[in-house]
Parts: sequence; structure tokens; C-alpha cells
Amino acid sequence: LNAAPGRAPRQRVRFLPAPAPGGGGAVELVAARVPVLADHPLVRGPRFKKLKIGAGHRLDVKASGVFVLGIGHGNKLLTDLYNCHLTKVYIVGGLFGKATDDFSDTGNLVEKTTFDHITREKLERILAVIQGTNQKALLMYSNIDMKTQEAYELAVKGLIRPMGKSPPIITVVRCLQFALPEFQLEIHCLHETQQYLRKMVHEIGLELKSSAVCTQVRRIRDGVFTVDDALLRTQWNLQSIQEAIRNCQLKVETELEKTL
Amino acid sequence: SPETNLPSVQQEQAKVETLPDLNAKILDEDWDDIPPSSALEVISEEEAVQIIAEPLVPIQSSTLRDYVDHSETLEKLVHLGVDLSQVEKSQKAGQLLLTLDFEKDVKKILLFLKDLGVEDNQLGAFLTKNPYILGEDLEALETRVAYLKSKKFGKSEIAQMVSRAPYLLLFSVERLDNRLGFFKNELGLSVKKTKDLVIRLPRLLTGKLEPVKENLQVCQIELGFQRNEIQQIVYKTPKILTASKKRLKQTFDYLHNIMGIPHRMLTRFPQVFNSKLLRIRERHMFLAFLGRAQYDPAQPSYISLDQLVSLPDEVFCTEIAKASMQDFEKFLKTL
Repeated sequence: LNAAPGRAPRQRVRFLPAPAPGGGGAVELVAARVPVLADHPLVRGPRFKKLKIGAGHRLDVKASGVFVLGIGHGNKLLTDLYNCHLTKVYIVGGLFGKATDDFSDTGNLVEKTTFDHITREKLERILAVIQGTNQKALLMYSNIDMKTQEAYELAVKGLIRPMGKSPPIITVVRCLQFALPEFQLEIHCLHETQQYLRKMVHEIGLELKSSAVCTQVRRIRDGVFTVDDALLRTQWNLQSIQEAIRNCQLKVETELEKTL
Repeated sequence: SPETNLPSVQQEQAKVETLPDLNAKILDEDWDDIPPSSALEVISEEEAVQIIAEPLVPIQSSTLRDYVDHSETLEKLVHLGVDLSQVEKSQKAGQLLLTLDFEKDVKKILLFLKDLGVEDNQLGAFLTKNPYILGEDLEALETRVAYLKSKKFGKSEIAQMVSRAPYLLLFSVERLDNRLGFFKNELGLSVKKTKDLVIRLPRLLTGKLEPVKENLQVCQIELGFQRNEIQQIVYKTPKILTASKKRLKQTFDYLHNIMGIPHRMLTRFPQVFNSKLLRIRERHMFLAFLGRAQYDPAQPSYISLDQLVSLPDEVFCTEIAKASMQDFEKFLKTL
């Protein structure tokens, strides 16, 4: 399910017939105001026929979660937000014991393995390793000189971010639930694709000397937008969308000011 | 000439007849009307005042907006409620309306429709969808209505069918007869039931027949319903015949294989096929999450399928799921 703001179905036909001069008189011309039928709503048609809607960070077909859309002038903000390089947070569900060709549970089965030897500590150890390697990549791509005081302060606050293009980087990963064979992770990342996350699940399985497939990828946060701000499909109407835009406006502005 | 298209707006002051050719004709073909006198002649003051020099109406245009102020027919239609912006999307329809004369052609048909029982406030919408009826021969229309009456369709029933399937009266008697016969044979229902079906969904008579046949095949072969079950389903929800096959298959797949509902229950509540798969899925998953997904009437706390799909969200939450709307929404956000 994509819980996100979407197209507003509406008809805003709200204008009065424009007066136009007509003519006619015996000898003199007398102007008379006559509604021009060409402007009649039934003749002109609906006022708004198209909306410019742009999409934020991609969310593929199998994934669900927060999906940011910009309408009209908001599309410019989308590019600005993209340049802020904020992290996105996903809940990723996995299943031990299987491996498929596309790393998800709907793909073709490639192999089956045992998983009884896996424990929560082993999993968390692997996750720590992943976080460590990604940390190095993070520092490298953020182009900050490591020896400065400024770098230290930023690192303490956790504000180091790559400000340009970079391969996918994971800033935080932790295990939320562990009930063999299922497990659930919370992943904070940048510049990722959902398929990359699924591949990561597969690799975690391999590291643990077993195999794993990804059962669910759900985005719970995209920059400043969280699931609580998001609109369900039943809420895809004009009022809710307007309200949602108003509520998020402040957050978006503050974030943009901070970064740019 | 009888085809003067001088604007006949009542509010205007007394009209002055001018050289009719200065107001150009609207038909594309009329290149012959050249003003007999040269435009550069010197004329007296009175004559000059008498000439109404309005901008010429374009000879060709892609929208009816340019002509609506100059055509009595179009103007009357707008006042009736016809949405010209929709009509002009079809070139033939727009062209037809421009060539018709209100007094001679259109009025007769409008009176005929009113006689038939089409309500005044529905005329606009009807003509928006089917402006072609204004170009039909009145006698042909009357013959078709007589045919329907001979088949024992009542007056109000005919009015209802015509309002809901605007193209109905464009079909010749022969075609209507063929179609009624088709449905009687394909569905195997009695004459009375077939008529009842067609009254409730007159679109069946005006739509294509191939998809209907295919849908019936799908129901029988792929979904595995027996012939008598299909008859019951179609009689209760004729919309199944016009639904998309892909949607039918997906909905059935979810209902039968994932929710575990047997054929006889689906025959009892065929309205589930009409509702959106997303709705069914969301509600079922919520019930399953709460442990209340019980669709077998023999078991306690049974939830009937029609309640599952037809109740509005709030009622569904409080009565069936025994949870709050917020819980439902929170759950949906975790899917």
C-alpha cells in the first residue's frame, strides 16, 4: 500500500459570465450588456484539466510506505529536498531459510538452507559490521577533512552527510524483531534503492551461513515526512491534501533553510 | 434564406436586419455568399449605423465556443443543460448540432423525449451523451419505442432504460431484437427475468456483445461456477457481465484462494465481485489481524460478505471489527 498524497479529483468551475457589448437600435447604436454564452460553464468546460505532479524519491512496485509528491510549484521544492540528502528510514522484513533470484519472497526459489544456528547476537554482530563499513563510506563521500574540529563536532551530532552523488550508504541499522525464521530490521539510508535493501537481506543471510529473502520493504520516513503525515488512499481528496501540505510546510522550510 | 443564424438573444434591443451575408454562414461548405456590393462604396450615415459589423464567425473551428453566441440551437441547448464542452470533443456531434435548426428539427425530438418520460432535468445530461438523437428521424424513433412496448416493457421502464442508456433509441428494431435474443439464449433465463435484467442494466443492450460472452466463459471455465450458479449471480449483479476479466479473476482469486470462501457463498453474495479488490483486501487483513476473519455461517461470530464490502468505513470498524477508525488507519499504514 502506498500511503501518500495523490491526485485531487475536483472540478472548480467558478466564474461569472463576462459582459460583452451588443448592438442594435433604430437609428442610434445602443450598447446592451449581454452575457457571452461562450463563457458559460457548460460551453467552456472545467477550468482545471491538468495538474503538474512530480514525484520524490522512488518507491518500487513491491515496496510500500511514505511517497512524497509535489503539486504545481511544489515541484521546485522537490529538487531542493533532493539536494538536502536527508536519510530515509525503512522497515525491512526478512525470512531465513530460502534464497530466490530477485531476493524477495515472490521470486523463483534458488536454494533452501537450515537456519537453526542463527541467533540474535550473531545477527546483531553482522549488522554492526555493516554499519561500520558504511560509516567509512559516509566519511569518504561527505568530503570533510577528518582532522578538523568542525568535522568532529558534526560527527558527534550525527550531521555528516554526503552532499553529492554517492552509492547507497547505510547510516543506522538495527534489529527490531527476531523470531526464527522471521526477522525485522530498521534501516536508515541514503541514495538507496529498494532492491539494494533486498540484496542486503540476501547478503545478511549469506554472512550468517544460511540464506534469506526479503518479505517486506516499507518506508516509514523520507527526510522530514513520516508515516503520520502520510495520507491513506481513502484520504486522497482535496481537503486532506491541502491540510497535509499546510502541516508539512513549516517542516520543509526549516529543513531547507538549515541545509542550503 | 431560412438558415439565418442571427443571434436571437432576448435582452438585445430591436434587431436591425443587415445584409445577411456579412454575418458569415457557419457551414464549412458555404463559400458562395460574396457581398453583392463593394465594401468601398460611399454610403449614407443611416445606412452606416444600420450595419452591424460584428467579427466574422470562423468558418472552421475545433470548439463550439466560437459559434454558441450565433446559433439559436446551441444557445437553447446550453440553457437546457447540455454540456457543449463534452459534445465538442466528438467532431461529428458538434457538426451535427451546428447544422440543425431548433424550430424544425430539435424541438420535435425534445417533445418526443419528454413524452417518453425523460425528466426535464435529465434532458441536458442525456443530450450531452447522445446528441446524435437530435438528428434521427422521428418516425424511426417512434417505431423503436413501439417495438419495446410490444415486448411488454412498461412506459416508465422504457423511460428509465432510455435515460440510463442514451444510445438505446439509436439502435434499429432489428438490432434491438437481436440483442434481446442474444441475452435470453446466452443466459438461459426466462423472458421475464431477461427483461428485468435489461431494465436494470440497459447498458447491456447498447454495449458490445463479445466481452459479455467472454465474461460468461471466464465465469464458467476459469472461475469454475456451475451454469445455474452463473444465472443466479448474473441476475443479482448484472454488472459482472461488463466487468473487466482481469479484475474478476483477481478478485475471485483473492476471495477463493486466500480468504477461503467457497463457490456457494460467492453465489449467495455476488456483490463482492463489484467492489474494489483493495477494499476487500484491507478489510480482510484487518479482520485477520484481529482474529475475526470468520466467513462460515456455521461458525459463531460469522461475518457476512455483503457486510464486509458494503458498509462504510466507520460502521465497519465499530460493528464488524469492533475497533476504532484510528486503529484501522494505523493498521493500514503498516501494510
